[in-house]
Amino acid sequence: MTKLIKSGAYAQDVYARVADDAPLPEGPVLVSLARFQKERDTLLARNTAVGIKLQASENPELLGADVNHFALIALEFPKFRDGRAFSWARMLRTRLGYTGEIRAVGDFLYDQVNYQHRVGFDAWEVPDHFTIEMFNRALTEMTNVYQPSTDGRITIRQLRAAARKS
Amino acid sequence: MLNTLNQPLAKPRQPNMYRYDEFDAQFVNERVEQFAGQVARRLSGELTEDQFKPLRLMNGLYLQLHAYMLRIAVPYGTLSSRQMRKLAHLARTYDKGFGHFTTRTNLQFHWARLVDVPAMLRELASVEMLCIQTSGNCVRNVTADQFAGATDEEIEDPRPLCEIIRQWSSLHPEFVFLARKFKIAVGACEQDRAAMQWHDMAVQVVKNAEGRIGYLVMAGGGMGRTPYVAHVMNEFVEREDILAYLEAVLRVYNQDSRRDNIHKQRIKILINTIGPEEMRRRVAREFDELKRMGTLQLPKEELDRIAAYFKAPDFETGLSDEMPDAGPDFANWVKTNIHKHKAPGYAIATITLKTPGQIPGDASAAQMDAIADLMDQYSLGEVRVSHEQNLILPHVRKKDLPAIYAKLKELDFASPNAGLITDIIACPGLDYCDLANARSIPIAQKIAKRFEDLDRQHQIGELKIKISGCINACGHHHAGHIGILGVDKKGVEFYQLLLGGSGAEDSSIGTIMGPGFGEHEIADAVERVVNVYLAERKDGERFLDTYRRIGMEKFKAAAYQEAAAA
Repeated sequence: MTKLIKSGAYAQDVYARVADDAPLPEGPVLVSLARFQKERDTLLARNTAVGIKLQASENPELLGADVNHFALIALEFPKFRDGRAFSWARMLRTRLGYTGEIRAVGDFLYDQVNYQHRVGFDAWEVPDHFTIEMFNRALTEMTNVYQPSTDGRITIRQLRAAARKS
Repeated sequence: MLNTLNQPLAKPRQPNMYRYDEFDAQFVNERVEQFAGQVARRLSGELTEDQFKPLRLMNGLYLQLHAYMLRIAVPYGTLSSRQMRKLAHLARTYDKGFGHFTTRTNLQFHWARLVDVPAMLRELASVEMLCIQTSGNCVRNVTADQFAGATDEEIEDPRPLCEIIRQWSSLHPEFVFLARKFKIAVGACEQDRAAMQWHDMAVQVVKNAEGRIGYLVMAGGGMGRTPYVAHVMNEFVEREDILAYLEAVLRVYNQDSRRDNIHKQRIKILINTIGPEEMRRRVAREFDELKRMGTLQLPKEELDRIAAYFKAPDFETGLSDEMPDAGPDFANWVKTNIHKHKAPGYAIATITLKTPGQIPGDASAAQMDAIADLMDQYSLGEVRVSHEQNLILPHVRKKDLPAIYAKLKELDFASPNAGLITDIIACPGLDYCDLANARSIPIAQKIAKRFEDLDRQHQIGELKIKISGCINACGHHHAGHIGILGVDKKGVEFYQLLLGGSGAEDSSIGTIMGPGFGEHEIADAVERVVNVYLAERKDGERFLDTYRRIGMEKFKAAAYQEAAAA
């Protein structure tokens, strides 16, 4: 059973992970890009949510116009040092206009959660010891930010401008 | 002798440089506490060394051969006297009394203890300093021309842009886990004193045909085992678009760089694999999107607001522009270590941390304190660090130069060798660094001693020797007129010679001469190479010019012929 934090709370993972060669079960499924590309029509014809898991090397633009068919896009961190998914999440939320769930999966650290949150992730598959308190702390260690990002947070530059006007 | 210099002045001078406001201060303080938490988790064993490593690296903390090394950012090389005194205090309190200025214009302490690091960071934060992103696979401390704001060669002071880049790149959520480190340099004149073309990305302030100021952006330079000089990415980026353009370059890099081979993950490899034309195309696509979104556009008020911090000081007027006469030693020092200042009666003075026999870039706590006093007394409270590991007093009155020279002599920092053969760049090498294959410091010391005679140095003229203790090239050996690379052959240190590199506006990659020389042969080999230059040079040629004209052959024959006979 995976531990999931979504929209700031523990959540139930409703998606069944399906190996590329396993039969599709009933209900929501999470498949690889390879499987999706092979069985696109079948998957989209099912009357249930489809999630896709992208490897760090898989650019979300590969999904083309299909991107908004997915209720879940899981972005894999193969190793916490591999930061490509930060740019993929950003791209999904802005260029591709994706509004569904973006979930961080794989090997990432407590110390990366805040950055993930900023670029557009809204769900995290976390290890057992990872609590909601840790999650909330990770998001609040740094009060302000210098850069505009996907989260639309007010930047320090905007705060300064506002302070000058008041 | 030093005691007379150690008397602090009544009031340190605050130079015109960026000052933290409440937001910057809060940001740094919270970051310090965040890192203190990470240190505590490491000390308690909650974090493994493997997990702690990328976190400590993002805060400038390395684990070296003997101890932790803490690298402190000196943003674009600018320090106030108050900051310099704090560095002296840290050297005394937490290190063995020394600091080491690096080719990235940072300062390193090589003997830090992990438990002390949070306290060191708190002390640094109290003088608006930090270690954020001085290492790790993220955007590093931005460097600049060390004469910024003082030279008449520049279009404008490049430091306001540096500060804007510093803030934008600080804990940038998308770019803190890049494929590799990412170094940015900024300059504003034809002369390149910041080795710009050797950076992952460089920004040069330029004027277009209509006289409008904007930025030329280069990318893909780098040293290491595969040296490249940078390609021009865009010849003119409008001022308000510059952050969007830099973000576009980083985004392409983060998305498209290899991640499967640590030696092929710098942006130079990406650009030279897909070609600069394709890179420009990919960047342009991201840039157009970012411009359309508009969130990174830089309003003129913001540029002006930051630029106001760096406003030129009110220079005294009516000063004589004549150089004082204070004897032949002083005249020698003036010849090499003084650069023209934009204000009449003023000069830019380089203090080389390269007295022959000394460790290049090292300064003791007492020396740092004494330099802080010189800064307050003579240079409007300010000093700069250069990538050549020297310190620069940017705004001194010519009439004060003899007094400054006299005090530098007491400090053993008055070597008249800026740009000469003994003004050597060297990495810490195997004496400190666990990546190194060979020692650099003793080689630098040996060569500097060999050429100690001043008349001879001046006769040789501009000659840049750069020494690295391994292929990672922290000592810039690819960019040396004479480069030296330490290698390990079956447990014995050997030193390869490279000729013809340059880190200036005429940047070029040095060529390896051939098999390495032993520790005891290398100074002889350098001397024989220099002798070929002296015999072959035509009027006004620097070593580099002669090499470029006649090529490697004669130098190589001389270097090896006598090595074989010896």
